[in-house]
Amino acid sequence: MLDGLKAFFHHGKRFIPDPTKVSLPESFTGLPKFISTPCLQDCSLCKNVCPTRAITTEPLRLALDSCIFCLECQDACPEHKIRFTNNYKMGTNQYERLQIAEGKENLVCVNPALVRNEIVRLLGRSLKLRLVSAGSCNGCELELNAAGNVNFDMGRYGIEFVASPRHADGLVITGPITENSLASVKLTYEAIPSPNVVILVGACALSGGVFKESLALRREILSELKPDLLVPGCPPHPLTFINAILDLIKTKV
Amino acid sequence: MNYISIKNGESIAVNSVPVLNYQEFYNVFDLLKDHENHCINYFAVNEADTIRLWAMIANDREHTIYVFSSNVAHNSKLKSLTPKYPGMHVYEREIAEVFHLQFEESEWDKPLRFPFNRNNKEQTIEKYPFYSIESHELHEVGVGPIHAGIIEPGHFRFICNGEKVLHLEIQLGYQHRGVESLMIQNQNITYQTKLAESISGDTVIGNTLAFANLIESLNGKSMSTSVEIERAIALELERIAIHTGDLSALCTDVAYQFGTVVFQDLRTIIINTFLQWCGNRFARKLIHPQMNKYPLTQELKEKILNNLAEYESRFNEMAQLMFNIPSVLARFENVGVVTTQQALDMMFVGMAARTSGVERDIRKSHPHGFYQHTAIDPVVLKNGDVKARAQLRYFEIVASLKYIKEWLQLHSSSEKIAHSNNKLMPNSLCLTLVEGWRGELCHVALTDAKGNIMHYKIKDPSLHNWFALALAVRNNDISDFPICNKSFDLSYCGFDL
Repeated sequence: MLDGLKAFFHHGKRFIPDPTKVSLPESFTGLPKFISTPCLQDCSLCKNVCPTRAITTEPLRLALDSCIFCLECQDACPEHKIRFTNNYKMGTNQYERLQIAEGKENLVCVNPALVRNEIVRLLGRSLKLRLVSAGSCNGCELELNAAGNVNFDMGRYGIEFVASPRHADGLVITGPITENSLASVKLTYEAIPSPNVVILVGACALSGGVFKESLALRREILSELKPDLLVPGCPPHPLTFINAILDLIKTKV
Repeated sequence: MNYISIKNGESIAVNSVPVLNYQEFYNVFDLLKDHENHCINYFAVNEADTIRLWAMIANDREHTIYVFSSNVAHNSKLKSLTPKYPGMHVYEREIAEVFHLQFEESEWDKPLRFPFNRNNKEQTIEKYPFYSIESHELHEVGVGPIHAGIIEPGHFRFICNGEKVLHLEIQLGYQHRGVESLMIQNQNITYQTKLAESISGDTVIGNTLAFANLIESLNGKSMSTSVEIERAIALELERIAIHTGDLSALCTDVAYQFGTVVFQDLRTIIINTFLQWCGNRFARKLIHPQMNKYPLTQELKEKILNNLAEYESRFNEMAQLMFNIPSVLARFENVGVVTTQQALDMMFVGMAARTSGVERDIRKSHPHGFYQHTAIDPVVLKNGDVKARAQLRYFEIVASLKYIKEWLQLHSSSEKIAHSNNKLMPNSLCLTLVEGWRGELCHVALTDAKGNIMHYKIKDPSLHNWFALALAVRNNDISDFPICNKSFDLSYCGFDL
């Protein structure tokens, strides 16, 4: 009894008071930005080292949907033009906004004009989600689990993962969608009642990530699903996920 | 000799490995009669007109690995090893699924993971041939592939008598992404490292370390002792982090909410240590072959020590509390028992072996890197139940904390290293073993005449240990399945690849 109380006392308060305002250590690799120094002539080192071919040059663009935040480009750039900041807010609802261009980093956010009205009207204070892992490495699952834990506690906003798709308002997909998991994705999607918010989490779900070139994937279904929210990262930090969802459901129309 | 003896992490010429006829090859497996030996890998490679079978058996006492091979014709019918050594079923099923080979007299010749390059495209994951029983009294329960939580997919089919489980069959493959093929498709070492990070997201250090050891062996670049210490520290930190998370999950499953939240918070301390070290909570980016991108500075060492001190006092307090609560112990004791004989027969590895009285720990039996210069005393428990698997985590965390603190004392400063020699030895074979938190990881690469990787084989401990879960739930109540499952915490994606 006494030991229990002692442990309880030592545990203390562990939740982050405001997950929308807390800052992460400088070492965290979050939203990248381009410094305004010009590129060297004919240099494409960043493009060549990128393991997921997320970078295109002339003009320089970094596709955040493919980015696995490995910093290879930042390390390779002789002009130190690419810098990954510790900004964890990266969720958006448009693929175009994930194309990082110089001076346009602040576009990586939810575009209110494209948020479906019923999402804000019905789900602003309670969003129940069903996860389907479709070939993920379990990294995204670890972070999604953490989003609900004692530190991040997204339950305080009414956001929760539920066991049955029948109890859910939306579908979260992680992983690049393998041939063997395709039927599960379809079944779950069809079992969720409207408005059925579709959320893609992690580089694999967004673009195939490191598995892009695999012959074991079936990604065609994504064009039918029309995702409402895109959460980049490998895996996305719990704060990235929580803030992306809040941006979506708390949109002011 | 019918085999060549090598050490963990040694590269050898492909033509130094004996090629036997299948009968001789089959006979070499009689090494497995001695329990000091266990098969760490067995796979097939397509050659011009034949199929080459490669096998590796590790001897834990001699610290050596026996490598041997055989050439067989396409469409051969081969005598199965499974009736004699049941633990071999996974390897034979894996080979038979992809190659046009048949293993005769195998009693469990079912598909393993339905890979995209399987030989029979008619065989789809929806048509898995489950074992079934015709009876008026018994009933079947199907669970999955999608489970009630944030978890990967897999299908579990139970045959029950009332509440009692008589049989469980586990069918996987949903997560198959073709990792091994991608390792060949793109020969860029940075890409391959990133791919190794994503073999299993909870074993990032384990898999990248196995990959880095392999590449460094194949191009003859060894790392300094300081870097080896850093890598060993990272591996032990990963063990602490995931074990703590598992203790939290075990508390959840027995409705001990205080344990759940305290262990959750303690795990955060450890993974945030990785965040401070390399910018990622699961230590992605930290390990790269021939490179030391994130040297352990004095400042970082102090941070690690501070974090560990905060972790340790609260962890010990919580763990002692948890293992003294009767209502927790009542749910753990004598539930999901795996016997020593089962563990030996089915060749379980890592935690699943050590909780059933079988000492299998690569850090001691086949040490690599800094483990060669330090003494590891594996935790071995006898009961084989959920309690043993929970306690093992507790004891291993305590041991790893001790190792890390000792090693930090021995660590002198290290520097950023970036070798760029990517040339691998041609026509070679290299094998690396690493004791990840779950158990032994085995990576094998074969290179061609140009020094490109022509075959890559990854083995997660889950390949063997899923069967331990199937055995553990027999004669237990079906309501105890979640806690048995959590006590093993096996990898779906590591199995499916």
